[in-house]
Amino acid sequence: MDALAASHPVDQAVRLEVQDLIARYADAIDQDRLEEWPELFVEKCRYLITSAESDAEGLPHGVIYADSRGMLRDRVSALREANIYEPQRYRHVVGPIVVEAESETTVKARSHFLVVRTMHTGDTMLFASGIYRDRIDVSHVPCRFIERIVVTDSHKIDTLLAIPL
Amino acid sequence: MQQSEQTSHQSPHQVAWPSSGLTRVPFRIYSDADQYALEQERIFKGPTWSYLCLAVELPNPGDYLVTSVGEIPVVVARSPTGELNAFVNRCAHRGSLLCLKRRGNADAITCVYHGWSYDLAGNLTGVAFERGVKRQGGMPQEFRRSEHNLRKLRVAEFCGLIFGSFDQDLPDLETYLGPEIAARIQRVLRQPLKVLGRTTQVLPNNWKLYFENVKDSYHASILHLFFTTFEISRLSNKGGIIIADDGGNHAAYSIMDRTIGNAEYREQALRSAKDDYRLEDASVVEGVDELGDGITMQILTVFPGFVLQQHLNSIAVRQLVPRGVDRSELAWTILGFADDDAAMTERRLKQANLVGPAGYISMEDGAVGGFVQRAVHGLDHDAGVLMMGGSDTRSQEFRATEASVRGFWKKYRALMDV
Repeated sequence: MDALAASHPVDQAVRLEVQDLIARYADAIDQDRLEEWPELFVEKCRYLITSAESDAEGLPHGVIYADSRGMLRDRVSALREANIYEPQRYRHVVGPIVVEAESETTVKARSHFLVVRTMHTGDTMLFASGIYRDRIDVSHVPCRFIERIVVTDSHKIDTLLAIPL
Repeated sequence: MQQSEQTSHQSPHQVAWPSSGLTRVPFRIYSDADQYALEQERIFKGPTWSYLCLAVELPNPGDYLVTSVGEIPVVVARSPTGELNAFVNRCAHRGSLLCLKRRGNADAITCVYHGWSYDLAGNLTGVAFERGVKRQGGMPQEFRRSEHNLRKLRVAEFCGLIFGSFDQDLPDLETYLGPEIAARIQRVLRQPLKVLGRTTQVLPNNWKLYFENVKDSYHASILHLFFTTFEISRLSNKGGIIIADDGGNHAAYSIMDRTIGNAEYREQALRSAKDDYRLEDASVVEGVDELGDGITMQILTVFPGFVLQQHLNSIAVRQLVPRGVDRSELAWTILGFADDDAAMTERRLKQANLVGPAGYISMEDGAVGGFVQRAVHGLDHDAGVLMMGGSDTRSQEFRATEASVRGFWKKYRALMDV
């Protein structure tokens, strides 16, 4: 544990808040309450879906990239109003969460995920696996994402990525 | 048996075409395994230039990467003296894959199986235990390393794009592109490039369905609502399509005209006319006219599987790779220029939300080929119709046409001799 983390130990109440945020994230997406998804982020946020390969190479592009809550809301309205894709749902399985102190008001979190995608035809596949790298504002309750970097293990995406990971 | 003798002397089985014209496409062309196998021979290994990679991806001597020509795995490597070479990623000894990593840097390429090693031009330079062990075994006297080099491809570069071909007699790359298409590539790729990202989209369809889709200017403002709503491209805008004489290569472009409303669309009661749809954060479509010609969209293809795309400031190349009769992969490389400032890079990254597997204006293209593939399955003796804009493959000043899709089939049928 580095000096900063040691000087700001993450207390149990904050850990529970962070766990709750990460759980609500998956619940909002998997239960098709996408409109709740942007509200889990602070206004000036950062959301990026990249791959482990691109991440290791330091490439900045993401298949989805947003730097504001407005862009996340636009993503949802585009999915609702504009984009054509077959009905489908995700099931997130999120593993244990590592929480580390960052500052008086923020923490860093890492968690591993699997996303299973089921199409309206009944076809089910393991759609994505990877890690969430989060920075979370814990100055208010409920806490919110300042940044969520989704790093997928594979650089391949089957057919299309409509619903966010 | 007489029948099998006859079969062996016939030209390979091919899907029959309902007419000699270009306005019908037999659905079976997307699902027939024999046709697919023949395409590998006559198109991908035939007289075509296939996109391999970007020169900027191999900046240093010893850099290599793995790519494909059709289904054939190919290595591109930069030699110690700086030239680019391409060869099949297959050991000349027992046929094992040589390079197992997607990219790397090496002095030589050595097969993990039996240790045969090659220089970065694909020449065999070492055979493990060539003289045997303790004077026993080893290669016979008549063995010549020079007879066991890797199978090499011709390599050509244009505007930082690297193409390869198995055909030794094919005209040079610029001739293959044609002057109009070459000029349209130069228009976009006119500065040193920088790779911003990569992603690969797995398409649940035959490769031809994607290549038709990307040449199809008819569907763009109908399937993709984002185009229409934000006036990035409309059929009613100024623009046009340039089609090479042989039909294989094309470029479609549009020039933004904010004076045209949604009236034309509303008349047709198209689903895509939604004037009330507005973005909360419009930075995703805020482009600057960096090329100075007002062209907001240019989609360009080089037969059989290369796409260069410019949407506003979002620039990408796409490599279409067949992976079986009903499967293909689209490898995207998202680009900027080496001298972009931070604001331009940020602009490109935001506009990249428009394209790719999660792109506002291209995610549908990942699925629509699969819709055709699933629908032709099992009932593939019918034919599709390509009559929009006439029956020819001439360049046109409008985009309510399927001329460039017909161009694809013109080139395809010439190469397949069908």
